[in-house]
Amino acid sequence: MSTAFSAAKFSTQPFSTISHDSPLVFAKPTSQFFGSTRKLRLTSSSKFNLSRRSGTVVAVSDYVKQKTSKSTTSLLITKEEGLELYEDMVFGRAFEDMCAQMYYRGKMFGFVHLYNGQEAVSTGFIKLLKQQDSVVSTYRDHVHALSKGVPARAVMSELFGKTTGCCRGQGGSMHMFSREHNLLGGFAFIGEGIPIATGAAFTSKYKREVLKEADCDHVTLAFFGDGTCNNGQFFECLNMAALWKLPIVFVVENNLWAIGMSHSRATSDPQIYKKGPAFGMPGIHVDGMDVLKVREVAKEAIGRARRGEGPTLVECETYRFRGHSLADPDELRDPAEKDHYAARDPIRALKKYLIENSLASEAELKAIDKKIDEVVEDAVEFADESPIPARSQLLENVFADPRGFGIGPDGRYRCEDPKFTEGTARV
Amino acid sequence: MAAIFQGVGAAATLSSSPSNSFDSNNSFLSPPRSFSVGKGASFSVIRSGGILNLNSKGRRAQQLISNAVATKADSAAVSSSSKPGHELLLFEALQEGLEEEMDRDLRVCVMGEDVGHYGGSYKVTKGLAKKFGDLRVLDTPIAENSFTGMGIGAAMTGLRPVVEGMNMGFLLLAFNQISNNCGMLHYTSGGQFTIPIVIRGPGGVGRQLGAEHSQRLESYFQSIPGIQMVACSTPYNAKGLMKAAIRSENPVILFEHVLLYNLKERIPDEDYICNLEEAEMVRPGEHVTILTYSRMRYHVMQAAKTLVNKGYDPEVIDIRSLKPFDLYTIGNSVKKTHRVLIVEECMRTGGIGASLTAAITENFNDYLDAPIMCLSSQDVPTPYAGTLEEVTVVQPAQIVTAVEQLCR
Repeated sequence: MSTAFSAAKFSTQPFSTISHDSPLVFAKPTSQFFGSTRKLRLTSSSKFNLSRRSGTVVAVSDYVKQKTSKSTTSLLITKEEGLELYEDMVFGRAFEDMCAQMYYRGKMFGFVHLYNGQEAVSTGFIKLLKQQDSVVSTYRDHVHALSKGVPARAVMSELFGKTTGCCRGQGGSMHMFSREHNLLGGFAFIGEGIPIATGAAFTSKYKREVLKEADCDHVTLAFFGDGTCNNGQFFECLNMAALWKLPIVFVVENNLWAIGMSHSRATSDPQIYKKGPAFGMPGIHVDGMDVLKVREVAKEAIGRARRGEGPTLVECETYRFRGHSLADPDELRDPAEKDHYAARDPIRALKKYLIENSLASEAELKAIDKKIDEVVEDAVEFADESPIPARSQLLENVFADPRGFGIGPDGRYRCEDPKFTEGTARV
Repeated sequence: MAAIFQGVGAAATLSSSPSNSFDSNNSFLSPPRSFSVGKGASFSVIRSGGILNLNSKGRRAQQLISNAVATKADSAAVSSSSKPGHELLLFEALQEGLEEEMDRDLRVCVMGEDVGHYGGSYKVTKGLAKKFGDLRVLDTPIAENSFTGMGIGAAMTGLRPVVEGMNMGFLLLAFNQISNNCGMLHYTSGGQFTIPIVIRGPGGVGRQLGAEHSQRLESYFQSIPGIQMVACSTPYNAKGLMKAAIRSENPVILFEHVLLYNLKERIPDEDYICNLEEAEMVRPGEHVTILTYSRMRYHVMQAAKTLVNKGYDPEVIDIRSLKPFDLYTIGNSVKKTHRVLIVEECMRTGGIGASLTAAITENFNDYLDAPIMCLSSQDVPTPYAGTLEEVTVVQPAQIVTAVEQLCR
């Protein structure tokens, strides 16, 4: 049944044909360019061990095959699960589309990075988590926030810069945080969230081993892109996580482009999953346009972390349908490449799977679509009507302990000055 | 990062306490004496140019170098049993503070290079890994940006880490995390996450350590919103500030100095902390306010002896809190003396002294009888050669000249 999900065959240049068995994606364009000469092709017999130690590199088709052969039914999900996945992906898509609309209407500003096309990764992973598990993301974080459970109203208000936003309007598009849902951000510089995620995983281990909370098996997921995989913090954290067997999963959303820099032009060895075994952890490559495949891999990786077996590096080959941000004219990407991935839209694919396997009817899915539209509309209305932050909010969260502003000339702590609560004091 | 040598070996054992009174017919005129090579010996160095000698062979013993760490004459001769408290060296005071806080709160943990099995390059974490285990005193790989970020992530999720930079200069690699996440994350998350982290380590100009190991990062970090910076200078305030920093909900950067680790002092037995936002009155006076911190405190006190002999009465304040400034203590002093001299080890450009000058001018301009003078290190990468290194930092003779000029 996984065949319903395989990529469409495609024969135009520059993409190679893709077989059912191989989840992998494309070879480099034939035109001369200065970049990696490594081929990106995974053959179907791609289960091989690259490490003398514990790392294994596996093609996900093998996982899926194993799973389907073992289960009594040949389906990967139940109806409830299917509907949950569908709803979450549609939610992400509809929300992001609404963001684009609102941006062009002047309701939100700055840098806004949309997630269209990558929903399978967020949904596939985050829907397997508990509330106490943590997620760390990058600036492309709206959908991670939504999948983790942050209300659409809170996210939309944050984007509008209103005080009812999840960060009181102080974070914006690139800094979504939620203590309640354990969303640890939202980071503007790539790579800087990965150590934070490593720290959260460290806390989980610490709680179990030092604070003796024996049942603490919280897992942390760190999401980041292909561009980040050339950054020092990525490698440093792979090392530390494997060294101390931290309960973390490093999820690479390889959408092949870092603004205008193609992954193969920036990376000597573009196969990111292979970098896992170099640090002593498994590296897995998965078709990130297929939510069921992602989910299977995620189950394994999260399970590993929960059992204390250590970190995993998962490379999800995915694609963003829009530009890097709403300010990106997106002129460099080949239209043929875009079409190729548009044909593999994860939402359409899941819909097809659900209907073909009689897990849901057309009507049920349409009802979900409608419901999501209403939720998103409601979020916009709520955000529109919410108040903008008052001046008094300016100085409120600079320090957790406001004595950090120091002692003023009159001997009192400056935070006791009424101008502080009004937000008009000069600091 | 190259391994750096540690401050082992001969220690000039010195005492200092917050309220010194200086005996003008003291030390300064007495002949040079040799001093002990062992740690734990408790007699003071009495010579006009005291030396803090890090070399166990006492190579410098014959050289009269005027870059002094302060001396206090006779109190070490007083029997140790007549006063309560216990004597220890500054690095031991830091260790004591850290250990007490780790005993008190299981969430306090240490991360850094060589803090565990090695006991810390400056022995601040000596013995802690044996006592608390390898997870609570974590030896990290050499990846400052990442392990500082890891500390911040741990702080966000409930722990209270103390991150050690083996040398403060190495934290330049952690600037991304310190600026973006440590300082700003509480604000950008709308107050949802607190970062009760302490980042500490030795900095400052040492003994011919070369330019890169002699940096003063307080000037680079001071603009970061959302952090507090404190500098310790005596065993008493080292322990007090360490404990206060660990207990604080704000991220605190604690600056230690490579040359001060072997200072000796008697400190109270009971639990105490030093307020993070307060400055310390070292020597009350009438004629001029001298504001200083960290190692320069000792150059100032050295100069103070000379000044007293010349008939001046300087008021010396160790500002301790580099961000925010204690404008109350400083202001009261300015209102009394009307003259300000700032003595610091930062570079001339953009240093703590520059900010302090601005702050005083803004707040107390009416009380000043003369322009504020600021003595800082030269805007020069610290040279290796000893003679050149000596003149990059402020020496007591310059301080004396400056005061004479100010008080004219």
